Amino acid sequence: MEKPFAITLKPGSSLTNLTGTWRTSRPEYLDRLPPCNNACPAGENIQGWLFHAESGDYEQAWRALVENNPLPAVMGRVCYHPCESACNRSQLDEAVGINSVERFLGDEAIKRGWKFDAPATSTGKKILVVGAGPSGLSAAYHLARMGHRVEIHEAGPLAGGMMRFGIPKYRLPREVLDAEVQRILDMGVVLKLNTKIENIEASLRDGGFDAAFLAVGAHIGKRTYIPAGDATKIVDAVSVLRSMENEDKPMLGRRVVVYGGGNTAVDVARTVKRMGGEPIIVYRRTRDKAPAHDFEIEEALQEGVMIKWLSTIKQAGEGEIMVEKMALDEAGYPQPTGEFETLAADSVVLALGQDVDLSLLEGVAGLEVKNGVVQVGTNMMTGHPGIFAGGDMVPSERTVTVAVGHGKKAARHIDAWLRGETYAPPPKHELAEFGKLNTWYYSDAHKTVRPMLDILRRKTSFDEVQGGLDESNALFEARRCLSCGNCFECDNCYGVCPDNAVIKLGPGKRFQFNYDYCKGCGLCVAECPCGAIKMVAEDI
Amino acid sequence: MSFQPVKFYQTGTFTVGNRLLAPDERSVQAGQQRSNAINSGHRACQGCGEALGARYAIDAAMAASGGKLIAANATGCLEVFSTPYPESSWQLPWIHSLFGNAAAVATGIAAALKVKGKQDVRVVAQGGDGGTTDIGFGCLSGMFERNDDVLYICYDNQGYMNTGVQRSSATPPAARTATTMPLGPEPGNVFGQGKNVPEIAMAHGIPYVATATVADLRDLEYKVNKAMSLHGARYLHVFVPCPLGWGTASHDTIRMARLAKETGMFPVFEAEQGEVTSVLKIRHRLPVEEYLKPQRRFAHLFGKNAHPEIIERLQAIADRNIRKYGLLDEEGK
Repeated sequence: MEKPFAITLKPGSSLTNLTGTWRTSRPEYLDRLPPCNNACPAGENIQGWLFHAESGDYEQAWRALVENNPLPAVMGRVCYHPCESACNRSQLDEAVGINSVERFLGDEAIKRGWKFDAPATSTGKKILVVGAGPSGLSAAYHLARMGHRVEIHEAGPLAGGMMRFGIPKYRLPREVLDAEVQRILDMGVVLKLNTKIENIEASLRDGGFDAAFLAVGAHIGKRTYIPAGDATKIVDAVSVLRSMENEDKPMLGRRVVVYGGGNTAVDVARTVKRMGGEPIIVYRRTRDKAPAHDFEIEEALQEGVMIKWLSTIKQAGEGEIMVEKMALDEAGYPQPTGEFETLAADSVVLALGQDVDLSLLEGVAGLEVKNGVVQVGTNMMTGHPGIFAGGDMVPSERTVTVAVGHGKKAARHIDAWLRGETYAPPPKHELAEFGKLNTWYYSDAHKTVRPMLDILRRKTSFDEVQGGLDESNALFEARRCLSCGNCFECDNCYGVCPDNAVIKLGPGKRFQFNYDYCKGCGLCVAECPCGAIKMVAEDI
Repeated sequence: MSFQPVKFYQTGTFTVGNRLLAPDERSVQAGQQRSNAINSGHRACQGCGEALGARYAIDAAMAASGGKLIAANATGCLEVFSTPYPESSWQLPWIHSLFGNAAAVATGIAAALKVKGKQDVRVVAQGGDGGTTDIGFGCLSGMFERNDDVLYICYDNQGYMNTGVQRSSATPPAARTATTMPLGPEPGNVFGQGKNVPEIAMAHGIPYVATATVADLRDLEYKVNKAMSLHGARYLHVFVPCPLGWGTASHDTIRMARLAKETGMFPVFEAEQGEVTSVLKIRHRLPVEEYLKPQRRFAHLFGKNAHPEIIERLQAIADRNIRKYGLLDEEGK
């Protein structure tokens, strides 16, 4: 090349200068575990499905959701959303309304008639699921997806278990439950109603089943001894709620005392209110110690349910009961005070928890029962090979979401066990704590409040109390997600790198570092909103 | 109309890109097709604010001019780290002027293009605060006064950094530099000196004057775009933190720019024909300590021999900026 006067070198590009050699630590992309996912008892990938909802692709969002949980419309109504309690956004303004978006997606799926994909393969294995509650349905769904033939045997007249016979209509409309159950049956799962298993081993053998998943729930109301005259009507909460689903509604009279402080007690009291009765809850401890969720107590109080805290029932007579006032001792336990009071009562409903009917397990070898529940290993298998169990009949927190999680977990272990293998869950990613985020980048946006039914109708009808979101505010709510620990392609790393050392791979493909030029300044890590990059020391 | 932030789209316009926005609403920097006007391999320090600010600004100007852009560059960090003979990082026609005459060279280029009838080719001049507020100030004022068709971009890192961190007329009061040591009753740079070049530019009555920081990309791109849509003399003053000269961590460059804006130490505004037309409001107001503390050049204000009275004087400067430019919204956040 002919060079101008006094020029001795050809012009060159700075690309020959590999500034990556300056680096003492390197940025690396990673996925951290969002706290919502970490808290979900059903193991949902919440951040994952919200990601699709954010761009308005609700079907894709729903499909990502049902990877883990086949009952989103139910879940969006009855789940106590531990995800929202764990949500990092609560430290910014308020938690993302995950539950309301889940309900929106579930309702959208019912409205649009979205179906599950048919199982891709068939394994030729046949599995018996006992009980069509949340745990059994979840296990059946996951097993069917894995290509197994599944038969559910349900002792009751309808599917749903406690979702139907424990949760009142005003919290879970039955058409929603029916639609989600039907969608599972549409995959080819066989449901046999009014089929009580008397002896599990015989049923397995006679039906030619390769394995069983037991999820019979806990339907026997616990009793306590209350000295009572013949005239006093004492019933248990579970049978009251169950009979609400029958033609013969329970006859409880006008003034109904509900004994207990759990969610079931609140459900019964609110049900009584809707039937025109005057419910009064009697509980031995204080509101903050009550196992019922505070928002449910609040809603009950709004509807006019009376609650007597720090009281126990001493005696039940005709038309009235005697309660003793309690006082908390230093350790927080209620102690009797010797002060008594009478309350008018036509009946007493005991809501003191439930026991499991274990009769189907009599004589099964290797099975261990402790504290009235069946013991299972980490793989959800009982002491008897091939018999797995989950839901309320094993030691657990008794919620629909936990039950659904058990069903999924058991399905994975059953599938592995049938192949003579052991299912090993993938290692958990490190947690995406709030401190890992750069929250400057998120728009200020407060949580969307779901509409509540008018108080008058709440007192007199079984219409659903809490409304849902519509498309516009569900989208808004989804977009409040911070996407903790998982790249959502905001282009910040690509933009803030002073050395152009970040390569943008295009929509859905995320980014890559060009370590030839990355000087290791760490700007991308500091300015990543969601904490999806970390610095790692170089070996020098 | 000023830059309109988009709300409620997860990160809105705070982040560089946003997959939820329509393609035409996205930033130049988010695009895979951005010109990368200053390429990899340059020798700027780790976390250099100026290298980043220059790419932000020139990429936006390239996009606005359809790639028909010529740059004149004053001596300074930007020239030294990008173009050690015979290599260059620049991916556009680029000329290194002297330290003091970038504005005059750009004026000459604009005049030549006019004579040749190439009105579609646009001209930018750029330099650091030394080459702009001190050494090149005469040429710059002349360019303004003649209303030459040049966009002058000053990357302000508040000192002469590549020569060893000496004071410039853009160095803030109380800051330690090699020539303003933290000694005596009034340590660091003295109060009451220095120049506010954006305001001096406004006093020339030129079509467009704006300030921006590397912490607000969308605002910066908006201002470059706006400037490129006008003709005549235009001035853009970009705040670019310097990890070396300020004694900050290399990963804190953008955070420092954000804090300068959020404390009111650096007002972000735009002005047409000498009148302020809009300001970028403070989002979460912070005391100046938040901005000063991470910087070693202000370390003598804290610790054992702290100078709270000096911090108060710096706070007074921030408060004055907030009042003067109306940096808080109606709620007074």
